[in-house]
Amino acid sequence: MTAPLLSLRGISKRYGEIRANQAVDLDVAPRSIHAILGENGAGKSTLMKLIYGVETPDSGEMLWEGAPLTLASPAAARRQGIGMVFQHFSLFETLTVIENIRLVVPGRTAALTARIGELGAEFGLEVDPYAHVHELSVGERQRVEIIRCLMTDPKLLILDEPTSVLPPQSVAKLFDTLQRLRDGGVSVLFISHKLEEIRAICDRATILRAGKVTGHIIPREHDAHDLARMMIGHDMPEPPPMTPAQPGETMLELIGLTYTPDDPFGMPLRDLALSLKAGEILGIAGISGNGQAELSELISGEIRLPFDDREQVQMMGEPAGHLGPADRRKLGFAFVPEDRLGRGAVPGMSLARNSLLTAHPQGLVRHGLIALAEAADFTRRCIADHDVRTSGVEAEAGGLSGGNLQKFIVGREMMLAPKLFFLAQPTWGVDIGAATTIRQKLVALRNEGVAILVISEEIDELFDICDRIQVLSHGRLSPSLETRRTRPEDIGRYMIGAGAAT
Amino acid sequence: MSAALIWPKLVKRERPSLTITILAPLLALVAATLLNLLLYLIMGKDPVAVFHAMILEPFISFPSFSEVLLKTGPLLLIAEGLAIGYRAKVFNIGAEGQFIIGAIFASALPVWYPMATGQWIWPTMLVAGAIGGAMWAGITAFWRVRLRANEILVSLMLSLVAAQVLNYLLLGPWKDPNGFNFPQSVMFQYDAMVPLIIPGTRVNASLLIALALALVAYVFMQKSFTGYKLEVGGLAPRAAGYAGFSEGRAIWLSLLIGGFAAGLAGAAEVAGPIGQLQRSISTGYGYAAIIVAYFGGLHPIGILFSSVVMAAIYIGGDNALVSADLPIAAVRVFQGSLLLAYLMATTFVRYQLVFLRPVSGVAP
Repeated sequence: MTAPLLSLRGISKRYGEIRANQAVDLDVAPRSIHAILGENGAGKSTLMKLIYGVETPDSGEMLWEGAPLTLASPAAARRQGIGMVFQHFSLFETLTVIENIRLVVPGRTAALTARIGELGAEFGLEVDPYAHVHELSVGERQRVEIIRCLMTDPKLLILDEPTSVLPPQSVAKLFDTLQRLRDGGVSVLFISHKLEEIRAICDRATILRAGKVTGHIIPREHDAHDLARMMIGHDMPEPPPMTPAQPGETMLELIGLTYTPDDPFGMPLRDLALSLKAGEILGIAGISGNGQAELSELISGEIRLPFDDREQVQMMGEPAGHLGPADRRKLGFAFVPEDRLGRGAVPGMSLARNSLLTAHPQGLVRHGLIALAEAADFTRRCIADHDVRTSGVEAEAGGLSGGNLQKFIVGREMMLAPKLFFLAQPTWGVDIGAATTIRQKLVALRNEGVAILVISEEIDELFDICDRIQVLSHGRLSPSLETRRTRPEDIGRYMIGAGAAT
Repeated sequence: MSAALIWPKLVKRERPSLTITILAPLLALVAATLLNLLLYLIMGKDPVAVFHAMILEPFISFPSFSEVLLKTGPLLLIAEGLAIGYRAKVFNIGAEGQFIIGAIFASALPVWYPMATGQWIWPTMLVAGAIGGAMWAGITAFWRVRLRANEILVSLMLSLVAAQVLNYLLLGPWKDPNGFNFPQSVMFQYDAMVPLIIPGTRVNASLLIALALALVAYVFMQKSFTGYKLEVGGLAPRAAGYAGFSEGRAIWLSLLIGGFAAGLAGAAEVAGPIGQLQRSISTGYGYAAIIVAYFGGLHPIGILFSSVVMAAIYIGGDNALVSADLPIAAVRVFQGSLLLAYLMATTFVRYQLVFLRPVSGVAP
């Protein structure tokens, strides 16, 4: 084996009580695509921050082309030839591509434009330098980010979960780019928790679990089961069994829902139609930013329609578009929003007080005063029934891990015994164990006759639990697709707006 | 590693420190006191005399202490009201104006009916004042909810308007015809005065009302569901939206409560120690109460203590003005430095100082 480009020896980093990385060793060979595989909270992001100079390690050493490396800042990392593309893009939407690039790369516009063209042709990163960023698709924005990194001729490019924001068809194009980059002499550190992707493209993989390395492997020599075992310590859990659907009454109906947000960068929704019956799970697939946030607020009541348009949203058979969240809950609606901290829960309040947020009609308020004993009791039941790992009802919501807080919020909403249950991105940032638990509970509720609507970016998740799937792309909703008769590629076609092959 | 890393650094605590929460106001008080004594020393005043007049006198001399209690009333009232709004992150900075309008509303009765008698007069005046203050704050709430106009600016500027309304009344329609052209109203009749509760002093029943309302504020903020909704709105506005707690209602409620309390305090001031409507009815109570509210940690019990401290600073400053020849601005400087010291001290509730050593470097 050739001398590694980057070597990590015994790197450790802790945040208070949490040991994010413990004695991590890592060798990245030149001209290779190297995967960092691990589930949420395994320490992947921390490790990348150390390599990119965002954080400094508590102990251990880094070697760059054989020489010790100390990074005080990302700027220092870039000078060494390390570039990084973050999961959430750092582009100014109101500026053009070339303006965004000029902010960080010195040089004349003409020269930069020419260079963008060269890089685009060489690595398959075509993008119009004069387009405004807000006009670009997610895939194109990612290309801009990658081009911006490549302008400085890096030797190592770090990509943090690059495929999580892409429709399946764009993933192939990204992989093509990465392979061309490798062949052009750039090493790629590819962070992911998706096993098949890693097997498809990566030359080597380092697997992290709970901050420690559990394996250095060549992914093609192992199957997904092996990778899963190294990643989560046991086999991938089976998807929950579904009984045949026995749809009942219609619980949620959108009839030509049309909405234009005040925010100029929000996504207007055009003529959405869906219908959801008791006893079935409907999934809304698609990448965030295609109207997901707007749709979820319109269904929850956080955005209210004018009274005249109230019939565009029907809940339990009643027009509900004009109702606020509290009134919709009275009809038997419950909702788990995509952001947990600050929306689904108040970080600085105890779990008991967070129960009050939506469960107050469950006898937790008497004569206008908070019924402390009942609130604590409700919270204790939620913690016990939904396996929330916490010190108790007085623990601050902000102190819980993402997965545990999500279990608490899902549990709290389930305890409201809804007829219509709506979840947005239910397993975002949740570890695999907790995600499986949540999915199993949803299927159980469906079998009991609850109508469930799930918005998710994870196509696999939707295929596991949904009876039907519709795709939300560019503010429009596809027709309903029966999951059993649909392939992920069909969903992908709707995601890029191409429509179904009829 | 560079030597720069040896400098202390603020690091977030895993959980807020309760000890510091309680110690912060005391530390701030000590720091502000020392700082101000140093300032007096530089000015060439005798720090011992100032210390005695400012810090000790208000508590060891009963006449002085009774004046402290007298000043505690309005500060306590206003600060409890403001704190409810501040917790909901509705920043009513215009308590001064609401105080003045409260005083005007209360004065209308004795000004228009100077001959009226009966024990109903002073309670009616207090209620009128409270309603007036709430209405004045309601103007701010209206524009905030209607146009999203910033409540800090609107309420602050309305205070200037209120002061001009007071001027207009005192120079025009409400001027005492026998008052030698001074800008003040008639002296109020006996029944328009809040009864005294400690003979030989000026302490009146409004202090008891303030204490009772402090208890109400405690129950409201710590135990009631409405108070909980306000707090959620302040801590996490999107969570309040998610739960369906109306933001507009929270703004109205916060401002009306603040205005009600400030208006009541204004009414109690004209119906109490002053006994008439005049230009100098407020010595900055509305602004000092902002400091009292924060210095009390926005907690009803904390405010009970902080209002006494702030009242003592007023009285101590007056004492020092006379006996140690301090300028009148000294009280304002003390108030300001107290707030600054407190805000700095509260940083350590959530953060701690860490002296970073250079990273030991290479593993063995």
